[in-house]
Amino acid sequence: MTAIRLLVGTRKGAFILTSSGVRDKWEITGPLFSGWEVYHLKSSPADADRLYAAPSTGWFGQMIHRSNDGGRTWEPVGNKFVYDGVTDTHKWYDGTPHPWEFKRVWHLEPAPTDRDTVYAGVEDAALFRTRDGGQSWHEMPGLRRHRSAGSWQPGAGGLCLHTILLDPSHRGRIFVAISAAGAFRSDDAGETWTPINRGLKSRNELPDPDAEVGHCVHRIAMHPKRPNVLFMQKHWDVMRSDDAGESWHEVSGNLPTDFGFPIDVHAHEPDTIYVVPITSDSEHFPPDGKLRVYRSRSGGNEWEALTNGLPQRDCYVNVLRDAMAVDSLDPCGIYFGTSGGQVYASADAGDHWTAIVDHLPPVLSVEAQTFSRWG
Amino acid sequence: MNVVRVVLPAHLRMLAHLDCELALEVTGVVTQRSILDAVEARYPMLRGTIRDHVTHERRPLVRFFACEEDLSFDRPDAPLPEDVARGREPFLIVGAMAGG
Repeated sequence: MTAIRLLVGTRKGAFILTSSGVRDKWEITGPLFSGWEVYHLKSSPADADRLYAAPSTGWFGQMIHRSNDGGRTWEPVGNKFVYDGVTDTHKWYDGTPHPWEFKRVWHLEPAPTDRDTVYAGVEDAALFRTRDGGQSWHEMPGLRRHRSAGSWQPGAGGLCLHTILLDPSHRGRIFVAISAAGAFRSDDAGETWTPINRGLKSRNELPDPDAEVGHCVHRIAMHPKRPNVLFMQKHWDVMRSDDAGESWHEVSGNLPTDFGFPIDVHAHEPDTIYVVPITSDSEHFPPDGKLRVYRSRSGGNEWEALTNGLPQRDCYVNVLRDAMAVDSLDPCGIYFGTSGGQVYASADAGDHWTAIVDHLPPVLSVEAQTFSRWG
Repeated sequence: MNVVRVVLPAHLRMLAHLDCELALEVTGVVTQRSILDAVEARYPMLRGTIRDHVTHERRPLVRFFACEEDLSFDRPDAPLPEDVARGREPFLIVGAMAGG
């Protein structure tokens, strides 16, 4: 029997929401890691029972936990994130040099074929990897040693590496995104990196609007069967690349605003994409108090508002960059969590929505896991 | 050998699966460093949560209290009060006050 597990990270712990493949009734487990901020948790594609979570607090720092039974029990594993070698400086908010300092893990990306290999995107921006199931973490220093790294500057949320995409068809190709440095690609398994920001324009954020680095990329998404096509929600602008990031063009089209955080791709339709427009960089809530997911079936430019089941008045929540996910069932399920603690689900690719839980702490991340369950 | 009482904050008690204060044997002079060495030896999952993995500096938002004194800014190798060393008073590891 196919089932869905939603892994929900919040400001005060994690929750696991489980349903059969029908996706009409949800069982809620949690809070796990009660009181800890859980920026992200994710399952291994190689082993459905292996989950990883990244709780942290400002007081006691970072923890990594691992489950071998689908989230019923957890054990702490390694939490030592030490930058490789001499740490140089990046730019601080005031433009002065600032030494690299580890603050937290933003995103965990388990490898597709080995349950013990996981990539971690961290603040201050760097990429780490474990090959022993989280017991030890080692920086992949090529990224932080890129010639541009000294000019990277944090956005309001910190200098965070928040997106990691592993190209399933191009061995050794990794995409990452950093706020506010931009997008980077490695074609040699993380040894060296190339900025892939050509075509991005940050008119109000950068003195040189089309600079090589410095763009506030909020999220990148890719369909695994068409990995050369990337979609990006930038600070402002929804962007598309058809050449693995070599160049980008804007596909914001008729969106009511092109500011937002998450972007995701339908599991079976590589040209169907989803965003949640937010009013502006200073007003992190939906326009007109109406929570609307926008769907494009043409890979951008033409967008339709999806509202059925979503609040259409007095709604002033936000949806963060890692808080949207799709399952792999047909029809595709899509899910997102809000800063108001709701998790919304659609079992029909966005046509109809239901709040499957209403009052969680502010949601930081949502991952959807499709797995086989006996009984 | 001294038996020292240590009280952990709620987040760390949860992490270490504890529901009460610790009683730890500490050899030699009882200091912040010797207590934290003993805590981390018995509960390895707490490494990095009270002090830095590498430098062993106290994390900025962690405080050490004992005998109604804030000892957070004392040297890590300074002897702790006799009442702590003899287990008459606990050594408190505290998350700094925060919030509005």
